[in-house]
Amino acid sequence: MKPVSGARSERQSLTLKSTVESVAVIEAAAKQQAAEAGLDEDECFHVCMAAHEGAVNAVLHGNEYDPGKKIAASIENNGSALIITIADQGKGFDPDSLPDPLAPENILRGTGRGIFLIRSFMDEVHFRQLNPGTELTMVKHLAPEIK
Amino acid sequence: MALTIASREVDGVTVLDLSGRITLGEGSVQLRDAIRGLISKGQKSILLNLAEVNYIDSSGLGELVSAFTTAKNQQADVKLLNLTKKVHDLLQLTKLYTVFDIKDDEASAIASFK
Repeated sequence: MKPVSGARSERQSLTLKSTVESVAVIEAAAKQQAAEAGLDEDECFHVCMAAHEGAVNAVLHGNEYDPGKKIAASIENNGSALIITIADQGKGFDPDSLPDPLAPENILRGTGRGIFLIRSFMDEVHFRQLNPGTELTMVKHLAPEIK
Repeated sequence: MALTIASREVDGVTVLDLSGRITLGEGSVQLRDAIRGLISKGQKSILLNLAEVNYIDSSGLGELVSAFTTAKNQQADVKLLNLTKKVHDLLQLTKLYTVFDIKDDEASAIASFK
């Protein structure tokens, strides 16, 4: 992995409505931070896609487009990692109970690939149940891990 | 960039030239409506030209899969043409590359429906 700039950035925090437009806002913010962190084109695309999928999940599955519920997102470069968190105010869910979208019996399902894509594109993915709601944290390492 | 869809007929095959993003919301709904509309009118051969599609999210992938299964259930066929590298990689990652019949040349794609 090519090392990139260790420059930090202020945490960018957003509170948004549960709409498709909010997905675009979060994706744009992730794109800017990824570019400023020095990630290459492919890595930026992966980070943007992960942010997009996380935001879609929060809007569609978490808050179910409920205008009374908000999405809280934050994006931060702490010098060694780009950290994106997205929280909804929904019912919560068990990420370990999700069907494997790559299993033959699930390949032709119309849904269920979002979290798989997030896990494929980011280095760390964590879920925290907020009761109510779920907080998703996605991490992209910016420098090789020193062992 | 929203999704735009242009339709043309070539040797009995409906080619849908897609441009933009196939994502949750308007884009994926447009695609769904376009394909279902064609199938409901009895079109059996549909070729999706993805040369100008630079982004598909999981919802868009779901719509492609739904289009494929809807077509199969109606004895119709949906094939994909001219995948960009990003879309190609996405289909490989999700193992959908083996589901679809994917072409990189329009003439041979049209011929394959016969």
